[in-house]
Order: sequence, then C-alpha cells, then structure tokens
Amino acid sequence: MAVNHSDFDDLPMESSDSTWYKRTLSGILTKTKDKKPTPDGLWEKCKRCKEVVPSKEWLANHCVCPSCHYHERIGSAEYFEILFDDGNFTELNANLSSGDPLNFVDSAPYTDRVVVAQKKTGLKDAVRTAHGVINGQALCVACMDFAFIGGSMGSVVGEKIARAIDHSLATKTPFLMISKSGGARMMEAAFSLMQMAKTSAKLALLAKAGIPYISLMTNPTTGGVTASFAMLGDFNIAEPEALIGFAGPRVIKETIGKDLPKGFQSSEFLLEHGFLDFIVDRTELKATLSRLLSHIQD
Amino acid sequence: MNTNWFDFEKEIAEMHSQLVKAEETHAQGKLDMSDTIEHLTKKIKEAQTTIYSQLSGWQKVQISRHQDRPYTLDYIENICTDFVELHGDRHIKDDKAIVGGWAKIDGQSVMIIGQQKGRNTKQRQMRNFGMPNPEGYRKALRLMKLAEKFNRPVITLIDTPGASPGLEAEERGQGEAIARNLLEMSVLNVPIICIVIGEGASGGALGIGVGDRVMMMEYTWYSVISPESCSSILWRTWDKKELAADALKLSATDMKGNGLVDGIIPEPLGGAHHNPEEAFANVKATILSELQTLKAMSPEQLVNARIEKFSAMGVVQELPA
Repeated sequence: MAVNHSDFDDLPMESSDSTWYKRTLSGILTKTKDKKPTPDGLWEKCKRCKEVVPSKEWLANHCVCPSCHYHERIGSAEYFEILFDDGNFTELNANLSSGDPLNFVDSAPYTDRVVVAQKKTGLKDAVRTAHGVINGQALCVACMDFAFIGGSMGSVVGEKIARAIDHSLATKTPFLMISKSGGARMMEAAFSLMQMAKTSAKLALLAKAGIPYISLMTNPTTGGVTASFAMLGDFNIAEPEALIGFAGPRVIKETIGKDLPKGFQSSEFLLEHGFLDFIVDRTELKATLSRLLSHIQD
Repeated sequence: MNTNWFDFEKEIAEMHSQLVKAEETHAQGKLDMSDTIEHLTKKIKEAQTTIYSQLSGWQKVQISRHQDRPYTLDYIENICTDFVELHGDRHIKDDKAIVGGWAKIDGQSVMIIGQQKGRNTKQRQMRNFGMPNPEGYRKALRLMKLAEKFNRPVITLIDTPGASPGLEAEERGQGEAIARNLLEMSVLNVPIICIVIGEGASGGALGIGVGDRVMMMEYTWYSVISPESCSSILWRTWDKKELAADALKLSATDMKGNGLVDGIIPEPLGGAHHNPEEAFANVKATILSELQTLKAMSPEQLVNARIEKFSAMGVVQELPA
C-alpha cells in the first residue's frame, strides 16, 4: 500500500500545486542514513506518526493508521473492496479510454502520457464506476484514482460519471461519488471544462428523479471537481483531514501574499463553514452509508 | 479610433501616427493632404486585414484583454433600454464583479447578467478585476431564478480572468457556488444565451456559461485555464504562454470547430474596441435572432436539448476488452 511520492511530482491539473504532499511539518524529513528499512509485505509504517503496523492489520483497518488515524491514500480497487458486500461488484464501461482531441503536446505528447499512466497503474483512466450491494442495499459508485495523472478530469472521467448516473437513473439506485482529484485535465483543455457542465446536468436529472446522491470527498478534492459534482451531493461528506477547495493553496497564497491559516481547506474547515454534512472515518464508512441510506430508502 | 496598439500592430501604429499628422496639417488648411490621407487609410486597412486574418491564439488572448474593449455594462447600455440593475445575493453582500438586472432588447424584457471589469485602478479594485466571489455566482443564480419565475429569457455576458482565488472565497464555498449554478442552469425553464465578450477563464466563466446557445465573439478566448497558468504548470515557466495558448485551442474558431460553442459573433477589424458600435450591433443582432428561435421551444424542449448538448461533449474511445 506504499504510495510512491514521486508519482505526484508532475501533476498537470488546473490546481496542481502539490502543497499537500510537501509535508514540511512532519513525515518525510528523515535523512537516508536514519531510515530503517523494513521487509516488504510484512509491515507498513504510518507516514505521519511512524508507527509500524503489521500489513495484515493495516489492510484490515482500510489503510488507516490504528495509532494516529492518518488516512493513507487508496484507490478505487480498495474502496470497492471496502464497500461492496463480499467484494462483489459489476464494473461499468471499464474499457473507456481517452482520446486526444487537441493533439496536445507539452514536454511529452498527451497520448504517451496516457499510455504511461495506463501501464503504471493498470487503470484505463482516473475514475472507475461500478454497481453492487452494500449491506444488502443496491448502490452505484464512481471512484476516482489519484494515481492516474493526479485523478485529473478529462472526457473519460466526465463520460464515465455521466453514464454511472444514467445507470442510477435507470435502476433507481442511489449514487455515491468518491472524489480524489487535482481538478480538470489540462491536456483536454475546454473538453475537460465541459465535463463539469455534463456531470452537473446529469446530477440535476438524478435530483429531479428523487434518487439520493452522496458525495464523499477524499484527499485531495480541488479545482473543477470541487466546482461541479463533488459539491452537489444531497449529502456532502469527507474523510478526515482531506484537502478540499476550489483554488489550490499555492495560488491563494500567491494571491493574498500571506501564509494560509493552519487547517485552511481541510475537511474540518469545510465542516465548520457549513459545506459538509459530516466527516467520516474510513473504517466507519460502509456502516455510516448504510445508516444514512436506511432513512431515505424504502 | 483606438491609440493603444499591440506589439504585433507596430506597423499600423506608425502609419496611424502619420495619418494623424496628415489630418492635422490638412485641417490647418496649409496643404492639401487628401491624397496622403486616402493612401494611408487604405494602407492601414490592408495591413489590419492581413494581420487580423492570421492571428495566433496568444494574440487573440491579448485582444480579449485590451483595456479599451467594451465591458458588460457597455453592452447593456448600448444594446438595451430600461435597465433596472438588481443587487445582492441575499446572504452575504453584493458582488461588484458580477452585474445583472432586467433590460429590454428591442422591447423584449430579458434578465441580463455578466462579469464586469474596471477601467481604472479604483474601478478595477471595486470590480475585483472581474473575478467573482461565491456571492457573485449566487446573485447570478438568484436573478436567473427570477427570470424563470417571470418567464423571461436569460442573457449572460462572460468576461472573467477566473473566479476569485482567496481566503474568503474558499470560506464561503467558491466551488459549491459554481457547481450549484451549473446544475441549476442546466434545468432552468427559460431560454439562456451565453456570450463570451472577453475572457472566458475556466469554472469562473462556466459558472454563468451553461446555455442553449453559447457564443464567442471573434477575438475572445475560452478554456480550462489561462495560457499563463497553463505554461507555469506544464512547462514550469511563465514564458511559454504563446505555446500554451496554441496548445489549449482556446480561440473562437477552435472552440467552434471542436463543437464546444455554438457560434462566433464577428468583430470589427482590429477588435471590438476599434468600432464598439459595430460590436454592439453584431451582439444585438445575434441575441435577437437566437431569441426568436429559442422562444418557439417549450421549456421541456429547451432543457432536454441543453442537457443533450453538454452530455455529448468529450472525446473517448472504447478499447477492446
């Protein structure tokens, strides 16, 4: 479950300013000579409190540190495993892959970047969608993968979310969106931007049909994702200490010319300012979702 | 005529200063300069036609930001009558970066809303450089809901370098405010016409940009990010803005070609600031003709077509399983 931090060095997203992984206060300041290597596969070390936990226990705890409750970043595979009963689900549109409508080239062609990301992650793009059952209740889930180009939203992300909402509409199944994204994918420029309108329009139809929509925000949820589907839940919820915001922290810092207050744009900050219904620990997620849905599903 | 020339108009600027001198001399009656004046006028027009027929993406971005370019209130003043400005989001305050209210175009009442930039330092500060805060988007939505209530069309004029990035904007939910507008605009039961009259930067533009018709004026830009910020993120330098502008395909012609906007409103040669009257007339004509088409549609037809249009945007491929 170790996250490779070099994955996040080059994030081509609108709000990409990577501040959230520069842990200047705690964490990765250990000098190489002070590092204590552990054999792979047996132990996990919490990135924050350095507690060493047996891998089995770490996974059973959904990659949340039992000691300090630090939520390690996980992907769609882990969320589907955590949520769906017996890990059973049916994936939707699993083979949708990105086009290159603008023939975009920066330091490398966009098509190459997509292929590299696909090889590295084994994923087709930055979101996976599936339906299944959680504690006996049917649920349609779209879950973003940060490992794929920073969870950035291009046409595939927008289209898969739109089609998942269509599935919820057709089957009258509640919809859960798990966001984890740096925002719109720059290499699809205005095509990315319009995914915000597309997904929001679909959510309007879901709302009209009276089908519940739960939006779970995880670290990080920023940019165009925050300014569209992530903030439109009947219930907006978040994992603890996630970075959630519209503009990235560096952009704001540069604009106002001051350091940002501690905890600014954290889940706790958003809860305090009235934009979240509640914060949920990952170990409580499945039970909490079931309890919430039990009030509104017949 | 405009005297603030772009660097790519140097040749025109020189001829123009000669023309001004010639006209002065002629006016003093010392010499008959009419031949020179005629010649220079013709030359200027030729040079402008050449330059403006091959503008780069970055040059169009520059034109969209020209300090003399007409802004939202100029359009309202010149194409509408009986404007009644409406203020405030009813929660926090009145955001001066977005203006709106009832107005009549050729006698038809519409709700017209747009981002407003300032012309001097004081105004720019008051208008926050056309960068709205959440309360601006919430004011815009309040006015759109009024338009729906009283069955009047909505016209939005887009001209923003982006939604405001700041402490207060985040505290008050910039993301939520824009997201809410996208959702509500997609199902608003009256016609919506959106026109990019200057800069169309990202979510800040789209926040008032979901419409039955989305039009761009000829020398404007619309994309997910400004070329400068794109350059800084992808190339790690501010110097690749020209490259970024081309790569983003942010011009009206590219956006129309990619099916992401519905039409282009022509501008006078040299940009809207060279002949504002012509720009006003073109915008007015477009609004009137589109309104005529849209008013014939039922609310249900409008909303269905609007959602279908945005749902079709995006390029994906199905890989073999």
